[in-house]
Amino acid sequence: MKLTGSQIMMEVLKSEGVDTIFGFPGGAVLDIYDALDKTDIRHILVRHEQGAVHAADGYARASGKVGVCLVTSGPGATNTVTGIASSYMDSIPVVVITGQVPSHLIGNDAFQEVDIVGITRPCTKHNYLVSRIEDLAVILKEAFHLARTGRPGPVLVDIPKDLTSASIEFECPKDVRLKSYNPNYKPNMRQLKKVVQLIQEAKRPMIFSGGGVILANASKELTEFTHKTRMPLTSSLMGLGAFPGTDPLWLGMIGMHGTYRANMSTSECDLLISIGVRFDDRVTGKTDAFAAQANIVHIDIDPTSIRKNIPVSVPIVGDCKISLEQLNRLIDEIDLGDLSKRRGEWLDLIEQWKNTNPLAYTQDEIIKPQYVVEKLYELTGGEAIITTEVGQNQMWAAQYYHFNKPNHFITSGGLGCMGFGLPAAIGAQVACPDKMVVDIAGDGSIQMNSQEMATAVQFNLPVKIVILNNGYLGMVRQWQELFYEKRYACTSMEHCPDFVKLAEAYGAIGLRAVTPEEVSPVLKEGLSIPKPVIMDFTVAKEEGVYPMVPAGAPITEMLLV
Amino acid sequence: MEMEKHIFTMLVDNQPGVLSRVAGLFSGKGFNIESLVTAETDTPLISRITIVTKANKPVIEQIEKQLNKLVNVIKIRDVTGPEAVKREMALICVKARPEHRGEILRIVDIFRCKIIDIGLEHYIMEVTGDSDKINALLKLLRPMGIKKIARTGTMALIREPN
Repeated sequence: MKLTGSQIMMEVLKSEGVDTIFGFPGGAVLDIYDALDKTDIRHILVRHEQGAVHAADGYARASGKVGVCLVTSGPGATNTVTGIASSYMDSIPVVVITGQVPSHLIGNDAFQEVDIVGITRPCTKHNYLVSRIEDLAVILKEAFHLARTGRPGPVLVDIPKDLTSASIEFECPKDVRLKSYNPNYKPNMRQLKKVVQLIQEAKRPMIFSGGGVILANASKELTEFTHKTRMPLTSSLMGLGAFPGTDPLWLGMIGMHGTYRANMSTSECDLLISIGVRFDDRVTGKTDAFAAQANIVHIDIDPTSIRKNIPVSVPIVGDCKISLEQLNRLIDEIDLGDLSKRRGEWLDLIEQWKNTNPLAYTQDEIIKPQYVVEKLYELTGGEAIITTEVGQNQMWAAQYYHFNKPNHFITSGGLGCMGFGLPAAIGAQVACPDKMVVDIAGDGSIQMNSQEMATAVQFNLPVKIVILNNGYLGMVRQWQELFYEKRYACTSMEHCPDFVKLAEAYGAIGLRAVTPEEVSPVLKEGLSIPKPVIMDFTVAKEEGVYPMVPAGAPITEMLLV
Repeated sequence: MEMEKHIFTMLVDNQPGVLSRVAGLFSGKGFNIESLVTAETDTPLISRITIVTKANKPVIEQIEKQLNKLVNVIKIRDVTGPEAVKREMALICVKARPEHRGEILRIVDIFRCKIIDIGLEHYIMEVTGDSDKINALLKLLRPMGIKKIARTGTMALIREPN
């Protein structure tokens, strides 16, 4: 059968099970859009291409599927770069399809031409410029394969316009063969046995899990492993939800804004079993002091993650799910004895840390942002999918919303990308139409992609936006307060739009709370409206996120104010 | 930590942009490249790249893993040790005043170089060997005056098992 390049794309997308695309049309992708319009694939028209990638990212995280974006050449393509970089840092499977000027114009500085493959080379898992229509289907297949397998990540495919209208005989390629790409899923059994040996010997063991566990769909196995061995567990920001946040063995998040007990435990443990993490500097603080007494086990699908930042005693390259399954099987074969007795002293010590320095704030006459997040947790029963912007709002969400399930906390962890939360919420809502999806935002970061309100309204996506409005770029202000003698250079948002009116202008609902008494009613009302809602909470201007470890300090050196 | 010199040789897809991925990895991650050689192999779809780099041990480990992670890198080997033969080639244009010509030719003979161009005031010679040999030659030629030089950087090939 003879098909055009655009029709071939549609056939491949369908064969990959794609039912939704986030995109924005333009000159170079007119043929593709013409073909797309004749399929059942749903197209979510965003208002800015950055939003398209964040939405595809949110969609991928909430659904576990590959998120797909389609944008035009030139500015359409460059606008995706921030989103791609965010997905790359967080290992999220996204396929970004960019239009390119016709082949014969490439290199001519043609209208809306940009070398997007060159630009995105360092922030994609892989990328392609399709130069022959014969390669188009194979490349698209490879793109999906690369995006979702091994350590997932974004893959960009740049398609010159002439290829989208040219025709060839088409047969959908069945399997993908990449001779140089063979991720290693199966962990080395000898290494796993060493881990079991270390668990038997350890007096103060603990687990540190990360986003890799969620990506590998291994929450169940992680929870089983933790309960079987009765080891306390902390996680990175990206790992929240993989293990129930209400479990007695849960220590809270680790790192710069980690809990006192999580950071102290890491420092005092003698065995740290790290699974699906990459030891980001926000986690480790000063690396020499990180888990300095511990044997460190590191399980990860990506060999480059291992020994990149932290020397480890037992490196294991493998899939988190398979590794945990095997560990659970090995643990069943041995007798760990009376675990409550065996872990008693260690868990008691942790309990003391918890009691001396819990996460805390004082709710007085002004709304405290933490209070809003806690109320949101209560009123949603912990069941909502939470996306965040970046900064204080993100950290309070991480600290005070207790995530019990994987794929329910969607945040730009590695890149720390303001403007992520709203489009990511839109993507998550598309993936999970029956779930409550809430973007916890700040007044600064919501303005970075607030245009996507129009997308939410147009497509009837009832996302809720909770703005913790303190009139500042709060996290930067907090650093200025602590490390720059309160010189608040350029962090005061002296003029913000009226967010209630902004919501109304977009055809959404806007609500506001200015006193603590109004918090619950506003949340209740907002959450009950089956439309996009902005809830604007006027919160304490100079509230800080604590604990806080100053950058580069050991994680035990926490400011606890 | 002590800096070690390592030589990596790799087979890569012979496609546009692959060299840029490899070079970009080094610049993006702050790794150092002392030399880089590339050309097509006997199979037109595959090229060989040989890179000489200097770093401490953990960084060397990262360099090898990161290169391996590139989708277009088919196979990579650390060939720093004696299991591989290494050669570099240089073209050297040296000033050849009449009073120096005899000395230059003696050096050419000792180093088994070849004169490939000759003029009233210069010789261009071709030399192959390991980097140390070429450096030694350059040291001896320097007093005569080196006008221009082009070096390939190190190439390496693993020996066949005996």
